[in-house]
Amino acid sequence: MNTPSNAMPQSSLGSQGIAPALISATRPFYWSLRRELWENRLIYIVPLAAAALFLVGFLINMIALRYRVHGTWPPNPAHQGDVLITIPFEISAALIMGTALIVGIFYSLDALYGERRDRSILFWKSLPVSDFTAVLSKLSIPLVVIPLLSFAITLVTHFIMLLLSSAVLLGSSANIAALWTQGSFVRVSVEIFYHMLTVHGLWYAPIYGWLLLVSAASPRAPFIWAALPPFVICGVEKIAFNTTHFLNMLMHRLAGPSSPAMTMPGGAPMDPMATLIPHNFFSEPGLWIGLAIAAAFLAAAVRLRRYRGPI
Amino acid sequence: MACIEARGLRKSFGKTIALDGINLRVEEGRIVGLIGPNGAGKTTALNAILGLTPYQGELRVLGRNPWTERDQLMRDVCFIADVAVLPRWIRVSQAIDYVAGVHPRFDRAKAEAFLARTTIGRDRKVKQLSKGMVAQLHLALVMAIDAKLLVLDEPTLGLDILYRKQFYDGLLNDYFDRNRTIVVTTHQVEELQHVLTDLMFIDRGRIVLDSSMEGLEARFVEVTVHPGQVAAARALKPIHEREVLGRSILLFDHVDRRQLAALGDVRTPSIADLFVAVLGNQAGEAKGAAV
Repeated sequence: MNTPSNAMPQSSLGSQGIAPALISATRPFYWSLRRELWENRLIYIVPLAAAALFLVGFLINMIALRYRVHGTWPPNPAHQGDVLITIPFEISAALIMGTALIVGIFYSLDALYGERRDRSILFWKSLPVSDFTAVLSKLSIPLVVIPLLSFAITLVTHFIMLLLSSAVLLGSSANIAALWTQGSFVRVSVEIFYHMLTVHGLWYAPIYGWLLLVSAASPRAPFIWAALPPFVICGVEKIAFNTTHFLNMLMHRLAGPSSPAMTMPGGAPMDPMATLIPHNFFSEPGLWIGLAIAAAFLAAAVRLRRYRGPI
Repeated sequence: MACIEARGLRKSFGKTIALDGINLRVEEGRIVGLIGPNGAGKTTALNAILGLTPYQGELRVLGRNPWTERDQLMRDVCFIADVAVLPRWIRVSQAIDYVAGVHPRFDRAKAEAFLARTTIGRDRKVKQLSKGMVAQLHLALVMAIDAKLLVLDEPTLGLDILYRKQFYDGLLNDYFDRNRTIVVTTHQVEELQHVLTDLMFIDRGRIVLDSSMEGLEARFVEVTVHPGQVAAARALKPIHEREVLGRSILLFDHVDRRQLAALGDVRTPSIADLFVAVLGNQAGEAKGAAV
């Protein structure tokens, strides 16, 4: 798979500069990403476990329905699709996303702190991987890898839910085909994909950037260093000016963009497709301000890793 | 082109001066031992060479400025830092995959061949390996990299004598090829004696001795003086004197060997004895200067 690209024997002088040119710039990035996944297996284990637990609960619910513990039997997917499928879809999506969010936060806080704590940074820095590549790969985990991963897990979970519902309803007079044709599977999937990409991948970028910066900077206990400054700023602002601008800003950032294009799955029922208007999202100035701040945090984290003493 | 060239290299942490204007030049194809007491500035000097710490003065490593051109430099330079720094969670196979993935000059077959001579299993994690095995793994990774400069900072710290010997044997037999340059610091100077081509003593941020091993033999002579000749020997101004089993052993710098042979049994001093003599004198001079 990865044959050594330097099959040159006893190269000393002369070959200088040729071999490094052969290795493409993306290779160190790719291997840095893989390295992160080797080290942080919780990134996929936790959302998988959440999905598995949810499926167990879902199955229990379906069986309870089958044996008329609650609800009407047979349910009519054509009319009760929301209760049967759409709402559980949204709950499971919210659950997997929530765990992914928590995993992303703890990953980011430890990403640049852990390698300093166990001094393995001296090993990573002994290899030709620039600090920019290393930090960027670490930022890509919460911004790209975890959202895509949780989307894939959500998709598979939903598919299994459809299969389970069909199996339980099999033999009853319920219209199983309606379960599949009602379209909530595709619609919810598209919505979740859009949400993962925009909110988790872009809107939350400054949050993860901040966590990474703290992770690069803090002498110990990065969690405290991440939480304390916002807390202090809010307090000082309240006392000094009796305003809550900073707190409002934080809440706005955490709650997601305010444009009507965005509603959290699991929250209020969404208008199908019509809500997915990227235009609204991308014309939100908060997005671009957030991305600029995230870029600044990233640059600061790279600088810290590059220019501060080895440990 | 010199592999490493430093002029007036300075570095201080607050009021502590770690490097006090170091001048040094390491030619290609040498194995240099950088020897000094704790806190002498060894690690600081190596960190400056590796672009891990900023410094004042002039420093060129393979013709590059290590602080501003670190990313390019690290393609040709490799190092093992003073303690086991391989991440504890990584598997042996993953470590090989990773280095093969990111390093254009890594020869996987060479690393595998070196590991095959050890008892290290591919699917073991670093935290399951003994200290000696971790050092072997790190050496296997580093030796398979076709680097121009290898820097080793206390690579054998905490290893038993068998592993230490294997480590240096491996380095000499499988890695060193006279085009490469190795800079090594260690406290276990005796074991390095026959490995080095050059020797540098560093003390309180200064280079106090810089010589090739041949130069050392020509320059320093240790004499176990015949009992009746002690006064005559002392007249030749030894740099150090000690007594072993009632006999005086004097160390001379730049004194004719034939002249000394008349006074007792002459031989080339060990690095350890030289270290004590040279650095002991430094301490004495410093004290004298302070009074």
